[in-house]
Amino acid sequence: MRFQPVYIIDGARSPFLKARNAPGPLTASDLAVQAGRALLLRQPFRPSALSEVILGCAAPSADEANIGRVAALRLNCGPQVPGWTVMRNCASSMQAIDSAMTNIQTGRSSLVLAGGTDALSRAPLLVSEEMTAWLASWYAAKTPRGRWAAIKRMRLSFLKPVIGLLRGLTDPVVGLSMGQTAEELAHRYGITRTEMDAYAARSHRRALEERAASALNTAENNTRPVLIPEIVPVVTPSGTLLAADDGARADSTPEKLAKLKPVFDQPYGNVTAGNSSQVTDGAAWLLLASKEAVQEHGLHPIGRIVDAQWAGLDPTVMGLGPVHAATPILQRHGLGLNDLDLWEINEAFAAQVLGCLRAWQDNTYCQTHFGSGDWGVLDEARLNVEGGAIALGHPVGASGARIVLHLLQMLRQRGLRRGMAAICIGGGQGGAMLVETLDGDTL
Amino acid sequence: MNTVHPAAQALDAAPAAAWTHWRLSRADDGIAWLVFDCPGVSVNALSHHALTELTDILNVLSRQPPKGLIITSGKADSFVVGADVSAFESFDDRQNAHGFVVAGWHAFDRLAQVPYPTLALVRGACLGGGLELALACRYCIAVEHPRTTLGLPEVMLGIFPGWGGMRRLPARVGAPMALDMMLSGRNLDASRAVRAGLVDLKVPARLAQASAQRHVVSGAPPRRAVGLGRWLNTGPLRAIAARQARQRVKQRDPHGHYPAPLAIIDMWQRHDGNPLAAPEHVDHLLASPVARNLFRVFHLQERLKRLGKPAVGAQAAAPIARVHVVGAGTMGGDIAAWCALKGLTVTLQDTDSTRVAQAQGRAHALFKRRLRDPLAARAAFDRLVPDPQGDGIGLADLVIEAIVEDVQAKRALYRSIEPRLRVDAVLASNTSSIPLSALVSVLRVPERLVGIHFFNPVARMPLVEIVAATTSGPAFIAQAQQFVGAALGKLPLPVHDTPGFLVNAVLAPYLLEAMRCVDEGMAPAAIDGAMLAYGMPMGPLELADKVGLDVVRAAGETLAPDAQPPAALTSRLAQGHKGEKTEQGFYSWRGGKAIKKQKGGRDVMLARRLLQPLWAQAQKQLDLNVVADADLVDAAMIFGAGYAPFTGGPLHSQNASLDHASLPESVKRLP
Repeated sequence: MRFQPVYIIDGARSPFLKARNAPGPLTASDLAVQAGRALLLRQPFRPSALSEVILGCAAPSADEANIGRVAALRLNCGPQVPGWTVMRNCASSMQAIDSAMTNIQTGRSSLVLAGGTDALSRAPLLVSEEMTAWLASWYAAKTPRGRWAAIKRMRLSFLKPVIGLLRGLTDPVVGLSMGQTAEELAHRYGITRTEMDAYAARSHRRALEERAASALNTAENNTRPVLIPEIVPVVTPSGTLLAADDGARADSTPEKLAKLKPVFDQPYGNVTAGNSSQVTDGAAWLLLASKEAVQEHGLHPIGRIVDAQWAGLDPTVMGLGPVHAATPILQRHGLGLNDLDLWEINEAFAAQVLGCLRAWQDNTYCQTHFGSGDWGVLDEARLNVEGGAIALGHPVGASGARIVLHLLQMLRQRGLRRGMAAICIGGGQGGAMLVETLDGDTL
Repeated sequence: MNTVHPAAQALDAAPAAAWTHWRLSRADDGIAWLVFDCPGVSVNALSHHALTELTDILNVLSRQPPKGLIITSGKADSFVVGADVSAFESFDDRQNAHGFVVAGWHAFDRLAQVPYPTLALVRGACLGGGLELALACRYCIAVEHPRTTLGLPEVMLGIFPGWGGMRRLPARVGAPMALDMMLSGRNLDASRAVRAGLVDLKVPARLAQASAQRHVVSGAPPRRAVGLGRWLNTGPLRAIAARQARQRVKQRDPHGHYPAPLAIIDMWQRHDGNPLAAPEHVDHLLASPVARNLFRVFHLQERLKRLGKPAVGAQAAAPIARVHVVGAGTMGGDIAAWCALKGLTVTLQDTDSTRVAQAQGRAHALFKRRLRDPLAARAAFDRLVPDPQGDGIGLADLVIEAIVEDVQAKRALYRSIEPRLRVDAVLASNTSSIPLSALVSVLRVPERLVGIHFFNPVARMPLVEIVAATTSGPAFIAQAQQFVGAALGKLPLPVHDTPGFLVNAVLAPYLLEAMRCVDEGMAPAAIDGAMLAYGMPMGPLELADKVGLDVVRAAGETLAPDAQPPAALTSRLAQGHKGEKTEQGFYSWRGGKAIKKQKGGRDVMLARRLLQPLWAQAQKQLDLNVVADADLVDAAMIFGAGYAPFTGGPLHSQNASLDHASLPESVKRLP
């Protein structure tokens, strides 16, 4: 077999905490540590048994250089467990899982903690380039006269801060913001504002319905298996317990969403804050193991990763990344879109998910890129059935791990078997993973 | 630490062998190294003998002066912890104590006047006489180490820094800082010592030796107080600084129980810190019962510290590295926080995650306050792990139960967790009112159950009662005792498993008596005021509010099941007023503070009435052999309940100051 399966033992994530115009209470590494230590505490092995820790992060703070190592040490793994950081924009944590997987497959590692984290609310404000140049001239000026000359060159506009988050969400090559790439997709496939808002409202509704259903599904009175919750509560330094995602809103109806103004292509564009993913803080982890490690530690895998794929495409339509990454997997395994029990496509933008669905139905597009006919309609009852990043938020570095973990847990809860998690990546890439549940299976 | 230069050689033909406390050597670079290393003990203390030898060494050096002299310690993690207080043991020999002051003053004066540059290289504790030694050197370098602390704690023993500290510290750091240090006994760590100008440099251990060698011959100007601090040392301004200091002393000790602070201010102001010029102060302090009692308290503390170490000749108990705490209320949460502060990994379990989160919030504030370094505080926060499922039970060396005071609940918990415990794990209850004998029956291994009883607030109360049930295994008791002493840095007190153990049992009749006074119509502020005037840090009613009125009632019931509880207590409990935790008790509470509308004052009769039952109960607990001897009763009440330290403790003060016959009838008939 080309691809040695890698076992998923367990996973956990922090609640996803919406950025509210101020730095959130926890840093990216705080979030990763609080989610990770709860995950490790319930394992039958000590953290020091890990081969390595790999953490995806798009925007670590200046105090979190190599945040993967920071997390490993703070998780009490001991100095001998290596830790490193991967960055692939929105797929950073999917990359972490992939890197763990390849290291397990080559035998370099056997037991890996892999995931992602980001505290986007804490993205820094930067000093403008003009200001940097001015400061250099100020420090270079040694004489009062030179100083005075420098002062005269100073302009108030130099003081305008550069918002790091906006720079990070702008394609560094083609110069479009991520929202504009979604506008581009909407234009190409004729996706209307109404369709986008309807999709966004559904994401919120599905997320809230799921939360209500799982609250009712208790150990005493259950209609489906009661699993260890994905979400681990986190605690702020002031002692506040944050136990649940706070982005989903019951009042996000199509009517209300229709009132929002476009933010990226003003004034007549269609992509709004309401039909885009939210800016959020969060962390998510998976614990991955080789067959040998499963046997050595007596672990009970909840699933395995059957295949994975990365793809590149035109950065102006980066939102179609999931199509480009998932299609080759389908082709390799001889599967159609609806042969999978469930799909998770990360909801960067409503227009972007809808664009993916249209691309699969676009014969010309599929011919050009995959040498195949069109793939038909992906049954939306299989797609993001418990909502997505539009409702829950998109802490860039954590989203890939979240959708893989959540996909697996949804499959387990429904007694289903196979699913695909796919994510679009700013800069024109896509990543996808094919997973399978393993409940009750022995190795 | 090996600070001695590798090329150093024994000096000249000096009678090196004759010095038992000091090692003198001279390196090729002409710098002399003097290593203080008291024989046969783990820390250095300055005895009369050590001072004589120091003077002798300075005489030898004067014959062939070195380029510089570096004074350091031969002990691993301490410089000099102070004067050898065993010299003060017998205060009756006042002449002797006086002679000790004179010897130190002259020895350090001599050191301060040698013509060659001198430097103290300080790593670890540099306290009292140790700091006075360092201050007599021209330079001082502090080596970065968690235990490096510099201070003049003499005032806490009721005495004064008599070997030049009162003169040289103000000159070095300025009057306000120096007075604050001398009057509070507060220590500075290396960073603060640099900022205060007390030391010239702080250096990492790897650079200690090289820094000392280069700095001592650098010709750098010695540290001097600057700015306002310096001006306040001079002329009439000194009076202003002294007046301010007296006002602060008055605030801290309004009833004037402690004579030393005022004497220190006076000796500094009028005699430039020279105690030899102020014999009246010296005689008074050395003879005062306060100093005598504070020394006693110091020795009691040392005794309790020793109880936290393995007995002489015995092997140390297996160390406890991982702790699991069940119950995240005030006590459980704060115990877990203290463990994390002290470097242990702790899992904290509670059915209510909000309670755990609140405990983490309190812990975060504690870590920030105590550790200061944000990275160290974060590491401590990371070590305190919420554990709703109790996954940490199987990993723990010690499980501390701090759940609700309910026998059935505790039994059920023990039943459920015992199968998950490691075979060698200790199980400890923090119960204050339930005898262990009532809990042990559900355990398959009863030997492992001990009591580890902390006092509230955990971070501030040094005493921890180690309760031995008749079933407790000696190895488990030893482990608990050494955990409390060595790992937590608290004072362990072994007690027997009787109702209320020691401290609460002794305290309860006192608190109840205060409540009966309320029943009789006295104002709470008057009652508490009388005890504050007596010297207690907190009045009995405020204390009851803090402890929790429900807890006080429970304690009272276990101790005297037949007695009628005071109406003031039952009526408040009936209204749901439990003290601080419900913001309403004998006082209204806001933000952790009792709101007192009026102030009470001195009332000797009332104080005696309230203390009488406390003294009686202390004697009773001693007669019951709850602890080994009367000294331990006194130590427990001072370190566990804040009993006025200058009195020497309840049994001691009772013997010293109470004449039963002269008491009025109203007092004598009290229980």
